[in-house]
Amino acid sequence: MEIRRILVANRGEIAARIIRTCRELGIETVLAASEADCDSVPARLADRTVCIGPSRASESYLRVETIVQAALGVRADAIHPGYGFLSERAALARLCEEQRVIFIGPTAAQIESVGDKLRARSEAQAASVAVVPGGAVESVEAAQSLARQIGTPILVKAVGGGGGRGMKLVDRLDDLPHAMELAASEASAAFGDARVYLESFVTRGRHVEVQVLGDGQGGVIHLGERDCSVQRRYQKLLEESPAPGLSDEIRRQLHEAAVRFAKRLAYRGAGTVEFLVDTTRDRFYFLEMNARIQVEHPVTEAITGVDLVAEQIAIASGTGLRLTQSDIRPQGCAMECRVNAEDPSRDFLPSPGVVGDVSWPSGPGIRVDTHIAAGSRVPPFYDSLMAKVIAHAATRSLTLERLRRAIADARVAGVATNLAFHIAVLNDPEFQAGGVDTGFLARLLERSPLKTETVARG
Amino acid sequence: MTLTAKDVAEITRLLEESNFDELYLEMDGLKLSLRRGADATTAASAASTVSAAAPASGPALGRGLALATVPPAADDPNSVGVTAPLLGTFYRAPKPGAAPFVEVGSQVEEDTIIGIIEVMKLMNTVRAGVRGRVIQILCQDGALVEYGETLMRLGKTK
Repeated sequence: MEIRRILVANRGEIAARIIRTCRELGIETVLAASEADCDSVPARLADRTVCIGPSRASESYLRVETIVQAALGVRADAIHPGYGFLSERAALARLCEEQRVIFIGPTAAQIESVGDKLRARSEAQAASVAVVPGGAVESVEAAQSLARQIGTPILVKAVGGGGGRGMKLVDRLDDLPHAMELAASEASAAFGDARVYLESFVTRGRHVEVQVLGDGQGGVIHLGERDCSVQRRYQKLLEESPAPGLSDEIRRQLHEAAVRFAKRLAYRGAGTVEFLVDTTRDRFYFLEMNARIQVEHPVTEAITGVDLVAEQIAIASGTGLRLTQSDIRPQGCAMECRVNAEDPSRDFLPSPGVVGDVSWPSGPGIRVDTHIAAGSRVPPFYDSLMAKVIAHAATRSLTLERLRRAIADARVAGVATNLAFHIAVLNDPEFQAGGVDTGFLARLLERSPLKTETVARG
Repeated sequence: MTLTAKDVAEITRLLEESNFDELYLEMDGLKLSLRRGADATTAASAASTVSAAAPASGPALGRGLALATVPPAADDPNSVGVTAPLLGTFYRAPKPGAAPFVEVGSQVEEDTIIGIIEVMKLMNTVRAGVRGRVIQILCQDGALVEYGETLMRLGKTK
C-alpha cells in the first residue's frame, strides 16, 4: 500500500530526521507532539502538528491509544515511531495492525520475541549464534548453582530490560542474592517485569552491532557493523563504522550471525543485532536485537549511502527490499558524537533550559542531525540529546580529525554540553589507536577527572 | 487579479473539503489566513484580514470553521473556553442521531456534559466546568480535537 501521509510519533532530532526523508519522498508528515514540543523545530518542519497531550511522556508520547487515534484522526497511512518511547512496544504495533494503520517497524510478534531477552537468547541459539554463558534462573539457589558453573564476575540482567536498568554486576558469589533482589525490583519498576537472568561478565568486551534490513519474508541484508564501545553506564556516547581492528574473519562472522538471527525471525524493517566481542579471546556473543531505527544509524548511512528511514518506509509500504547484499559497498569510515545537554563536570547531570546562540558545524563530510536552533528549549521531561555530529572520510584518522574540528566548531550557549568531553575522547591516544573496550570511558574519567568548568549562560 | 468575496467563499469550501486545517494565501497584497476549528482570537484576526479586501459579505465559513461571530475572549472577562482534556474524536451527542448535549444558548452547570472525546473506543466525557451559557461551539461533531484545543466558549453566569 502506498504511504502518502505519516504520523511521526516522536520528538527531537529523530522526528526532524524522519520528516526530512518524508519531504524528500513527497510524503506528508503530521507530527504528534506533546505540549512542550508544539513549537519545536520538528513541528515547524512537519506539514502539520497535532498536540497529543501534556509534556510528561507518560501522558503523551507513551500513550498507545492516543497515538493511534491521532493517526486515524489525521488520516495517516502509517506511523513512524522513531526510537525510544513506543518504538519497541508490541502494543502499539498490535493496535496498528488491528486498526489497519501501517506500523513502520517489525510485527508485534517480532517485537515480543526480541523484547524478551531470554526468548531472544534462545532464538539466537536456535540460529547457531553464540550467546554469553548464562541463562534463566528461577530461584536464588538455582542462580548460585549456575553462577558457580560459569564463574564470576557475573551480570544480573532484566528479562524485559535494556539501557542498563535492572542490571547488576556481581564479583563475589555471596553478593548474588542481594544483587538479584535489587535487579528484580529495578526491573519491575522500569519494565513491569521482575524476571532476571544471569550472564557471565566479559571484562574486556567491545560493543559491536550489525545493522540489518529485512523484508518480512525471510529476505535479510546487513549494512555493516558499528562499534559503540565508548559508553558511560551503558549509554552510548560515540559510535563508528567500521569497527576498528577487527579481523576480516570475525567481521564476516558477525555480519553472518546477524543475518542468520534476523532471517530466523523473518524480520521486517530496520533492526540492529548487538554483539559483545571478547577481545582477549577473539570471540563474540549475541547480546540482543533492537527492533527499531537507532540513534547511531547515520554512521551506517554515511558509509553505505543508504537512507535507512527511506528503506524502512519502502519495506513498510510493501515494496520489500530494494537493495541486495552486493549493493552494499561501505566506503571509508564514519564516526558520530552525541551532543547532550549535560554537564560532565557534575557527573553528567542533565542541563535543560533555553538554548541561546547556536552554531553547528558544517563542511565536507560533516552531517549534523539536530532539532536545536537558537531559542530552542531542552525540556526537562525527555532525554538530553541535542544533536548528532557525524563525520565521514576515507580513513579512520582523517575521520577523527574531521570530527574533532567539527566538534571544536560547535557552539551552544545557554545550557551545559558535553562538547569539551568529546574533544577529550577524540584526543585520547587509546581511542585514537582504535578498538577500545566498553570500560574505556570509565578509565578515562578516572585518569583525568573533569575540571569544573563555568558554563556560558546567555 | 483581486479576490472577490465569492472567491474567498470558494477557497473556504475547498479548505472545508480538504484534509488541511490551515490555509495561508498571499496575493496582490492580500493576505488570507483560514484555520479550521480555530479559537475565537485567531478567527477574529483571520476574519478581519479577509474583510480588508473582501468586505462585501464575509466568507461563508461552514461548520467547524470558526468565525468571529462572538467577541474575542480577551475582551470579555466572563467568557471562558472549554478545552479538550485529551486528543481524540469529539462528539457533540451521546450517540449518532441523538440530540446534542448542548447548543449555542444552552444553560450549563459546572458538571453539565458538553461533549464526548473518544480515544480508541474509550469515551471520555467533557464537562462545562463553569456555570453559564454556551456562546459558541468551535469544534464540529466527529472532528479530531487536539489536547488543549478550545471546544466551546461559555459565558459565565455572574
